[in-house]
Amino acid sequence: MNKIGLIVSREYFSRVKKRSFLITTLLVPIIIIGFYAAIVAITLSGSSSEKEKIAIIDNAHLFDGKMPESSSDIHFQEVKNETEQSFTEKYKGQGYSGFIFIPPFNIDSVPHLSLHSGASISISTMMGVENTLNKAIENKRMKALGIDPEKFASISSDIDLGNIIDTKEGSKKGNAGVAYGVSFACGILIYMMMIIYGTQVMRGVTEEKTSRIAEVMVSSVKPFELMMGKILGIGAVGLTQFAIWIILLFGLQLLLPLFSPDLMHQIQTASAGSGDASSMATKVTQGFSSLPLAKIAISFLFYFLGGYLTYASLFAAIGSVVSDDQQEAQQMVFPIMMPIILGFVIMTKAVNDPNSSLAVFGSLFPLTSPIVMMGRITYDVPLWQWITSIGLLILCFIFLVWLTGRIYRTGILMYGKKPSWKEMIKWAFR
Amino acid sequence: MNILELRNLKKYFATQKAVDDISFNVEQGGIFGLLGPNGAGKTTLIRMITGIFYPDSGEILFNGKKFNGLNDSHFIGYMPEERGLYKKMTIGEQALYLARLKGLSKADATTQIKKWFVKFGMETWWNKKVEDLSKGMSQKLQFVTTILHNPSLIILDEPFSGLDPVNANLIKDEIFNLAKNGSTIIFSTHRMEQVEEICNHIILVNKGKKILDGTISNVKQEFKENIYSIGVQALPEHLMTHIFEVVKHNPNQILLKLAAGTQPNDVLSYFINHHLQVNSFNEVLPSLNDIFIRLVENTETARVFQNQN
Repeated sequence: MNKIGLIVSREYFSRVKKRSFLITTLLVPIIIIGFYAAIVAITLSGSSSEKEKIAIIDNAHLFDGKMPESSSDIHFQEVKNETEQSFTEKYKGQGYSGFIFIPPFNIDSVPHLSLHSGASISISTMMGVENTLNKAIENKRMKALGIDPEKFASISSDIDLGNIIDTKEGSKKGNAGVAYGVSFACGILIYMMMIIYGTQVMRGVTEEKTSRIAEVMVSSVKPFELMMGKILGIGAVGLTQFAIWIILLFGLQLLLPLFSPDLMHQIQTASAGSGDASSMATKVTQGFSSLPLAKIAISFLFYFLGGYLTYASLFAAIGSVVSDDQQEAQQMVFPIMMPIILGFVIMTKAVNDPNSSLAVFGSLFPLTSPIVMMGRITYDVPLWQWITSIGLLILCFIFLVWLTGRIYRTGILMYGKKPSWKEMIKWAFR
Repeated sequence: MNILELRNLKKYFATQKAVDDISFNVEQGGIFGLLGPNGAGKTTLIRMITGIFYPDSGEILFNGKKFNGLNDSHFIGYMPEERGLYKKMTIGEQALYLARLKGLSKADATTQIKKWFVKFGMETWWNKKVEDLSKGMSQKLQFVTTILHNPSLIILDEPFSGLDPVNANLIKDEIFNLAKNGSTIIFSTHRMEQVEEICNHIILVNKGKKILDGTISNVKQEFKENIYSIGVQALPEHLMTHIFEVVKHNPNQILLKLAAGTQPNDVLSYFINHHLQVNSFNEVLPSLNDIFIRLVENTETARVFQNQN
C-alpha cells in the first residue's frame, strides 16, 4: 500500500472505530426525526394557548349584532354603549386583551381602524382580526350591490392544481411541495456536511501540529500527502455516514409496516383530521416518484465531494497556521464560513425562484455552487449551467488544493506566532 | 567513507539567516555531535538533512549521491526535540503506522516492533493509548519508532531529556549498539557531558555558522590552555618563578598555567630542585562545556560590539 493510502486508512479507521461515530450516526437521524415529529405533534394537537378575547364596539353595525365565530385563537365579543375613550380605561379590567372601536362610516370609504391592546399583539391575531373585518365589510358591500353573500360563496372556486411532469420515460404526477422539500433538504445537508467535516479536518490538522507529530510525519511523507490523506480519509467517513443513513432509511421503510401494520393506518387516520391526509400521502409518494432520484443522488454525491474537497483544503490550511488557541482558530475560520453561509442564503432563495439571476450566479460560483445547485436540483437546470458549474467547481478545487497545500507545508512546521494573511499569501505564491 | 556530506548549505528565512553557508561531513558508523546554543540553526540544519526543508542553496550528498528527501526517507530515522505522537492511538498501532510509512511491510513491522518492545520492557503496552503514558515512557516509544525501520542514519534531537537515569542508560547503550552495527548517529544536544561521553566527532554552530569542527580530542587539544595540575605533599609558601603562574590553590593540589615556551618537564625540575614532593602531575584539558561557553560568549560580545558601532 502506498503512503497516502496508509494515511487515508488511518484517518478513516481511527474515526469510524470510535464509539462516538456510531452514536452520532444513529443519534442524529433520530434527533432530526424526533424534532420534526414534535413539531407535527404540536401543530396537530392545535394551539393550547389561551384565546385572545377581543371586544368590538360596533357603532357602524358592521356585524349587525351577530359576532363572527371565534377562530382557533381569537374570541370576539360585542360591547355596547361605550366610546373609544371610556372603554380604553376599562377593557383590561374586564378581561379583554384588546378592543376595536368601529365608528359609523360610509361603506365605500372605510376609515382607519385601530386595535387597542395592553401589549404588542401577535401577527397571527392581527391577521385574524383583519380577515374578520375584511369579510364583514365585503359582505356589506355585496349586499349594497344586491349580491347574496351565500350565493357568492357557492360560486367561489378552490381548485387543486396538479402537476404532470413529462419526460422521455413518460408522464408522472409531480408535486411542487415535495420537489421544494427535497431541494431544500439536499442543500441543507450539503451545507451541514461541509461545515461538520471541514471543521473536523481543521481540528485534525491542528492536532497534528500542536502534538508535534507533523514533524515526524513530514520526515516520512510529503506534506501534501499528509494533507490529502487526511482530507480524503475524513471525506470517506462522511460518505460512510451517508451510506448508513440511506440504508437505515430504506430499512425503516421496509420494516415499519412489518412491525405494526396498523401503525401506518393509525398515522393516516390520525393525521386525517379533515380526511384529506390519505390523499396527501399519495400526493407525497407521487411527488417522490416523479423526481429524478438517480440524478439527484449522483449530483448530490458530486457536489458533496466537490464542495467538501474545496472547503476541506481551506480548513486544512487554516488548521495548519493556528495553534491550540480556539479563539484564534475561530477568527481565522470566519472568512471561510462567509461563502458557505452566503451559499446557504442564496439556496433558500433559489428553491423559491430557481431561475433568478442570483440563483444562477450562486449555482455557478464554485464556492457556493455545491449548496445552491442542490437547491435547484429538482427544477430544470439548463445543460450549459450544469457543465459550467461542474467545470468551475473542479477547477476551483484543483486550484485551492494547490494553493492551500503550499500554505499547509509551511504552516504545519511553524510554531509560536500566528502568521498574518499577508504572510500566508506570500507562502502560497513563493 | 562519509555517509553524509553537506556542502555550502544555506537557508534564509525572512527574519534571519538560519543556516549560513555550513559544510561538514559525517563519517559512516560514528556518533556525531551537532552542538549549538538555542536558535543557532540546528533544527533548520536537521530539517534539511531529513528532507523536511529544501536548502536555498548548497547540496547534501547522502551515501555519495544527491540526497532526495522522499526516496531516502526510509534510510533515515528522526526523533525531533519536540516529541510528537497521536495521543488517541494505541501504542502498537502507532508504531505500526509510523513503521509502515517508512516502507516496512505490515508483517516485518510487527516483528520489529515486538522485538524492540521486548528489549525495552514495553510488551504489555501494546493496547495502551499514548495519552496514558508518562513523559519518559512516551520518550522510549518515540525512540523505538525512530529506529524501527533500521535506518542507516539516525538523527536524535535531545534524546535524553525527561528520562530517568535507568532509561537514559538503556537508550545510551542502544545508541552505542546501533553505532557498532553500522548505523550513523547524529546527536544534537546542549548537554556537554553527554557529548563527551558519547560522541566521536562534533561540530558547533552558532548564528547559522559553523564555528568548530573536529574530533573531541582534537578540539580539546586545540583549546587547551597549558594548564597542569600538580599534586604536592605540602603546599609551598611562595612559588616565585617566571615559568608558570598559579591559577588555583586546592588542598594538596595546585593548578598551574605554563608560560609560553615552558615544557612540562621544566615544571617538574623546578619542583624537584626546590625539594617539593610531587605526588601527581597531569595536563588539564578544557571540558567541552568550557569550550562551548567560551566560543558562544565570544560571538555574543562581538555581535553586541558591532551593533554599537
